[in-house]
Amino acid sequence: MEYFVQQLINGLTLGSIYGLIAIGYTMVYGIIGMINFAHGDIFMIGSFIALTMFLVLTSVLGFTFLPVVLLIVLIVAMLFTSAWGWTVERLAYRPLRGSFRLAPLITAIGMSILLQNFVRVTQGARVKPLPPQIQGGITLFEGNAETGAIVVQLSYMQLIIIVTTVVLMTIFSLIIAKTPLGRSQRACEQDRRMAALLGVNVDRTISLTFLMGAALAAVAGLMFLLLYGVIDFYIGFLAGIKAFTAAVLGGIGSLPGAMLGGLLIGLIEVFWSGYFTVEYKDVAAFSILAIVLIFLPSGLLGRPEVEKV
Amino acid sequence: MSVISQDITNGELANWDRDPVLSVEHLTMRFGGLVAIDDLSFNVGRGDITALIGPNGAGKTTVFNCVTGFYKPTEGRIVMRHGPGRQQEAVDAVTAGDGAWARSAEGAVFLLERMPDFEISRHAKVARTFQNIRLFGGMTLLENLLVAQHNKLMAASGFTVGGIFGIPRFRREEKEAVEKAVYWLERTKLIDRADDPAGDLPYGDQRRLEIARAMCTEPHLLCLDEPAAGLNPRESAELNELLQFIRREHNTSILLIEHDMGVVMEISDHVIVLDYGVKISDGSAEFVRTDPRVIAAYLGVEDEEIEDKPEIASLVVEALGEEAAEEAGIDVPTDVTPEDVAALAETASPEQAAHPGRRPGGIEGPREGGSDKLTIIQGIGPVNERKLNELGIWHFDQIAAWTPEEIEWVGSYLAFPGRIERENWVGQAQELARKKSGAGE
Amino acid sequence: MATATDNRIADSVRDAFIAALLVGVLGFFFLALRTEIAPGGLALSTRWGLWFSAIAIVFVIRLALNLFLFKANRPVRTGPSTFAKIGASLPDLSGWTGTIMLVVAIALPFLVTTFLPAQQRQFIDLMILILTYVMLGWGLNIVVGLAGLLDLGFVAFYAIGAYSFALLAHYFDFSFWMALPVAGILAAFWGMILGFPVLRLRGDYLAIVTLAFGEIIRVVLLNWYDFTGGPNGISGIPKPTFFGLDFGRGEGNFAAVFGMPYSTIHRFIYLYFIILLLAVITYFVTNRLRRLPIGRAWEALREDEIACRSLGINTTNTKLTAFAIGAMFGGFAGAFFATRQGFVSPESFTFIESAIILAIVVLGGLGSQFGVVVASTVMIGGMEILRNLGFLKGAFGPDFDPVQYRMLIFGLAMVLIMVWKPRGLVTTREPTAVLKEKKKIGADLVAQGEGH
Repeated sequence: MEYFVQQLINGLTLGSIYGLIAIGYTMVYGIIGMINFAHGDIFMIGSFIALTMFLVLTSVLGFTFLPVVLLIVLIVAMLFTSAWGWTVERLAYRPLRGSFRLAPLITAIGMSILLQNFVRVTQGARVKPLPPQIQGGITLFEGNAETGAIVVQLSYMQLIIIVTTVVLMTIFSLIIAKTPLGRSQRACEQDRRMAALLGVNVDRTISLTFLMGAALAAVAGLMFLLLYGVIDFYIGFLAGIKAFTAAVLGGIGSLPGAMLGGLLIGLIEVFWSGYFTVEYKDVAAFSILAIVLIFLPSGLLGRPEVEKV
Repeated sequence: MSVISQDITNGELANWDRDPVLSVEHLTMRFGGLVAIDDLSFNVGRGDITALIGPNGAGKTTVFNCVTGFYKPTEGRIVMRHGPGRQQEAVDAVTAGDGAWARSAEGAVFLLERMPDFEISRHAKVARTFQNIRLFGGMTLLENLLVAQHNKLMAASGFTVGGIFGIPRFRREEKEAVEKAVYWLERTKLIDRADDPAGDLPYGDQRRLEIARAMCTEPHLLCLDEPAAGLNPRESAELNELLQFIRREHNTSILLIEHDMGVVMEISDHVIVLDYGVKISDGSAEFVRTDPRVIAAYLGVEDEEIEDKPEIASLVVEALGEEAAEEAGIDVPTDVTPEDVAALAETASPEQAAHPGRRPGGIEGPREGGSDKLTIIQGIGPVNERKLNELGIWHFDQIAAWTPEEIEWVGSYLAFPGRIERENWVGQAQELARKKSGAGE
Repeated sequence: MATATDNRIADSVRDAFIAALLVGVLGFFFLALRTEIAPGGLALSTRWGLWFSAIAIVFVIRLALNLFLFKANRPVRTGPSTFAKIGASLPDLSGWTGTIMLVVAIALPFLVTTFLPAQQRQFIDLMILILTYVMLGWGLNIVVGLAGLLDLGFVAFYAIGAYSFALLAHYFDFSFWMALPVAGILAAFWGMILGFPVLRLRGDYLAIVTLAFGEIIRVVLLNWYDFTGGPNGISGIPKPTFFGLDFGRGEGNFAAVFGMPYSTIHRFIYLYFIILLLAVITYFVTNRLRRLPIGRAWEALREDEIACRSLGINTTNTKLTAFAIGAMFGGFAGAFFATRQGFVSPESFTFIESAIILAIVVLGGLGSQFGVVVASTVMIGGMEILRNLGFLKGAFGPDFDPVQYRMLIFGLAMVLIMVWKPRGLVTTREPTAVLKEKKKIGADLVAQGEGH
């Protein structure tokens, strides 16, 4: 029981990170109908920017008060990663808008390879460790040696991740639901040409979508860095695929769906590792992806697609 | 259970009821909460050209998609027959069993609702075309027609294995397939473009190519979804000829959806009219043309649409009379005499007494300030306005006050039961009456 | 006139300035700063020079592009570009070009051993590699180019072929020629097993599920220690024999039997001819299939699946055959890979391999067999050239390792070529049946498959 609760907490934490990345996939897929294959690598870029900024603040500028440091890191990482997201869209996808759908998928794969290797060349191939910054936590269950019960802890780190995710999720849902930007986004999702005719600046809306997706990926990057303490140039690939799985599972195009999917994938992965074999946790995630797409292609919260004859 | 409708012109069974190639029985199709087709039954006669007409959104294409297996109907049975007669025993036997089809003494019967789409074309021999033409645009005309003979060639190629080594049987059959393709290209006057990609053809040619491709599957029933849409008058006439030729020379029955009344009336032996998923008329072209319910259904369409579609306009004029048509802003052909008009208008108004429900109370004439323009209410066209005026209904607030029984009565009186509720005339009228009184103060 | 020119220059400079600024922002955390592992954690080092030079280079290049290309004072070119014309006039392999290329391919190893004896081994090895990718490309071309099914997990079948032979050789002492058909059949079988559940998915979804399957197979190979050797892989895979003759030194071996002096190059030339033969078989079978009903059904499926169904074509079976036959060629190539390397491990079958094969097919021009040859030669050859750019160390300092930049440039090339030529190199389609006159079909009419 205690083990279960602990795994639940771990799963929710990991799921939050996947969910944040998944939102980027789901928004882009919703608006231009393509899998932004490079989005996982944007997440990786975000985590590198966060790491470097963290070092700049602590070792160069000598900041010591952790909350302020993290806040600055978060903001800087979001801004700079957004610039990367914007650039990727501008260079690799916008010229191909209106072209056949394979083309942007291929450039997206190319971009993914490019970003990975750019980071590898400029920052080195070796993993970058960062010692744990936030320690301690809330003990939910005391351990008991006699009954064999283990300590169940909700670490502050996990708490921060979950809370940040909830807050950002709320903010972004509000943006989509209430602001003119959100309205243009939804309009482009429905019918891009019509939206353009009605005066929506489609290019700008799509760019902003990439900006938002990248900003959230940067948050996920920072969380990942703080949670695991090691990053390398390759983390984006697997995280990206799992986040995409999450987006599909939740129903692509749906923001709450992406979050829900992220949480589910996180839970599945953690429970699989906890109760079965760690080696095959990726197999579990990929199998879920296949099963969901085959049996529930519109996802949990997505709209079913009716075949037009 | 079979569907037998009388042809009014003579007391005998019509061809489609005597020798139906296709029977649609109690077909219902729901999409979520939306009922696209509601308990629809009709027969398609062997060797007939049958037209399925109705206003936009009447569910015609949905019927096609159910017949050709692209949609699985929610309820109902669709029987396709090879060989003459109704073959009732065979149909009942297949229905009782698990299978989808059976050979019978006369031929074979197929329950299409049990078959996947590709088997319907392959075994039941029902071919179709699409409203938004679906050709293999990047393949040549010849290739398009060879793909249509896939199953035959596939068997001849020994399911590819023999084909790789070029066995003689495959070579022979491929030659025959090319000959058949050439035959249809000639019939559709496309032979000069045989080696061009289908996507390069002008619109009218693409429509004909789609028919040629469907014919290459050697269908017993050819379903055409708006074959004349977008054709100019000359192409339209050629299409008529082609369809007549197909029916005459290839014994293929034709079921078509069409908006072009010229085409429908000229070539159809049998016309079925749908409105909101319900069959409102079924009979010969002549019968349907004068059926008041059909006229009402078409008159319910928006005025602009009537103007856009001269063929409907002529029907309206015929049915309504010149005056009302002029009021509605429709050009009236000058060769119609007032006597004709009066006679037609007479036939257009059904008897007033025999309707279920209660007749709503009316007033002698419009109140001070003149009558309201009832046509503002969506669903009320100039004819209905006139007929309502005859009842003494002149104002929005009168309609706004209708009770359910009165609605039932008016629905029957106007010959389209159910539509008043569906289009929410009362709600619209309430809104309009409120606005009007607001403006008055 | 003068003001127009001024405007043009001002615009160009402003645009170049913005581009440079963007590079400054993007590069700040990657070019200017670098995290290094140092005792006691991470240390930060700065490389301002690199950062500034990157900004300056981008400014200059962007300015030059603006002035001389994008905003140049010449009429906008209409009609097909020269490149498109070349693409349209590129021949298919069925004509004389194919014959010439085949003759050249057969003669090549002899030319190489005669004229380039110093680099013969390296050269033949490279050609073997290119031909392997040509074969893989042709296999995937059936699935993606003809049937229009986007498959991102093609490497799975390559892996299945390779491991089939490796395991058969390891456990049952199969020779290459015995294992080759088995590897193909097993790959085709797995193609069907994996294909069956996923084939009703469309476009991108199909792509991502095939990717997932590819990864699942790799992860299983990686973790199934007892059977596959896990990350250590399987080594000691036998080399192919020439009608029972080995290519080793000594009595009863190839060189001795044919009375030639022993040379290691014989084995490479033999391997080269094996893969050439396999590739040629792939080519002819594919070409033949295109002209059979099954091939036409594949292409029709790519053009319009719904129309196919209305014509009585069982689309599930049609897709499955495409998947299975593509996988079979992948399996053959895999078995060859295993025998060439003498060693297989999961590392060789990562997603990046799938991406490379797909890139070859798409960049070559979907459905074009000739395009695949050109794209493989350019991409695989290009990557090998990068490997050999050791002389650049003189220019960039001794730390410069060109191999590192290989994938970077590969990714960049993929993006640039795709943006420049989204339809790939060869942009026409050959009709499979002709009544009077053979006409090539422009790419703008040819569909790209499900949901595209």
